[in-house]
Amino acid sequence: MNGSGDLFDKFDELIAVRDNLLATGVTDPFSLVMEKVISPTVAICNGRETILLGTYNYMGMTFDPDVIAAGKKALEEFGSGTTGSRVLNGTYAGHKDVEEALKEFFDMKGAMVFSTGYLANTGIISTIAGKDDYIILDMDSHASIYDGCAMGNANVVPFRHNDVEALEKRLKRLPEDAGKLVILEGVYSMLGDVAPLDKMVPLAKKYGAMVLVDEAHSMGFIGEHGRGVCEAQGVIDDVDFIIGTFSKSVGTVGGYCVSNHPKFEILRLVSRGYVFTASLPPSVVATAATSVRKIMHAKDKRAHLWENSRTLHKGLTDLGFELGTKEPQSAIISVIMPDLEKGAMMWEALLKEGLYVNLARPPATPAGMTLLRCSLCAEHSSAQVQEILGMFERAGRATGCID
Amino acid sequence: MTDRDDVKARIFNLIDQFNKKGVDVSEDTRFAQDLEWDSLTVLDFVAEVEDEFDILITMNQQAEIEKVGQLVDAVKDLAE
Repeated sequence: MNGSGDLFDKFDELIAVRDNLLATGVTDPFSLVMEKVISPTVAICNGRETILLGTYNYMGMTFDPDVIAAGKKALEEFGSGTTGSRVLNGTYAGHKDVEEALKEFFDMKGAMVFSTGYLANTGIISTIAGKDDYIILDMDSHASIYDGCAMGNANVVPFRHNDVEALEKRLKRLPEDAGKLVILEGVYSMLGDVAPLDKMVPLAKKYGAMVLVDEAHSMGFIGEHGRGVCEAQGVIDDVDFIIGTFSKSVGTVGGYCVSNHPKFEILRLVSRGYVFTASLPPSVVATAATSVRKIMHAKDKRAHLWENSRTLHKGLTDLGFELGTKEPQSAIISVIMPDLEKGAMMWEALLKEGLYVNLARPPATPAGMTLLRCSLCAEHSSAQVQEILGMFERAGRATGCID
Repeated sequence: MTDRDDVKARIFNLIDQFNKKGVDVSEDTRFAQDLEWDSLTVLDFVAEVEDEFDILITMNQQAEIEKVGQLVDAVKDLAE
């Protein structure tokens, strides 16, 4: 029994970890403030011009002139917010338009826009998988997927990350006539590795399961039309639901689900994450619609982003850093650090060089790893990527992370 | 019928592989507090138990299991 009655006692261990880290004199990696943002790839942090290499702004749409113009126009014409739910007073012309843009982008019949990607996952998963149904999900799934499972009443069975055999073993053990939902991600955001969807999706179908794929970290630049890993691996027609976000490639905020399911529209009335929250502001849906339609045709940008990813991956490997994947599989390159303290030192050394990356630590990371997660942007110039490699080399030697 | 002693021996053997702190294990050992396993280690371990006995242990069932002895009983029931 806990004597003090202070509900915050449960955080004591975490508070101690944080205090110990800050006691080493290192800059707090979790309270950085961007004082000014100059472009998708450059901001002023702590008064210093800093290259941004941890923003998920994959397609660099945040300062696109057409996107900005659309947002300004909607702000002027429709006001600063909707003050309401999508099912009451919160659906404006712009919300319908961005859903049309998504249907065009994915070539799908149905699209539903949520206020965040987190809400799209929790709102869809907790609603479609009910009592007596089974959810089979990859163990390294994003928190929003786990939370969607926890909010619903389905039986939840995780399988080992990207392990096709482990997935099949579990599918085999399920009651034959039960409702089944297999949840996968195209790109896993911690290590930047891609799922073997070409094997997993047909397997799920073979056992009569519906398939939901989260393409948050692939939409925009993986696959011929940027529809994600399921497009690149040729299985998009067998995927029942694709979940995505506007806060990465699209460059604003919001979440969505697209589907060809004939009864898809009913979710608008039964998904609590859709009904019981205010809809996105008009300016946000206008920027999203413009951005989605531009990304559709951005073949050259996709090609340049891949070139950046390959260059950074090879450069960091040659310098002697250990990376999350042997070859570049996405626009995320994760540098594996020996421990949190070393990771925080390296993170700070990079910041002093003028480079921002994400410091990621357990429990967000798999296998207790500390990671310096880099995400590339199509707007990073080739010269910037070379500059970044120089910064990694100096910071790595200064902190003893490389010889 | 699955023999409880047999289930217990196989589970203790699996726990050994994850027991990095070398904690003494009995049926009263608690996974979170005594073995100090975090949520991801628990998921990993449960996947091993599932494959060892060819059963499913849902996350909902896991939430009810706090001690090693409870897991032995649950696995014995599920494996029958």
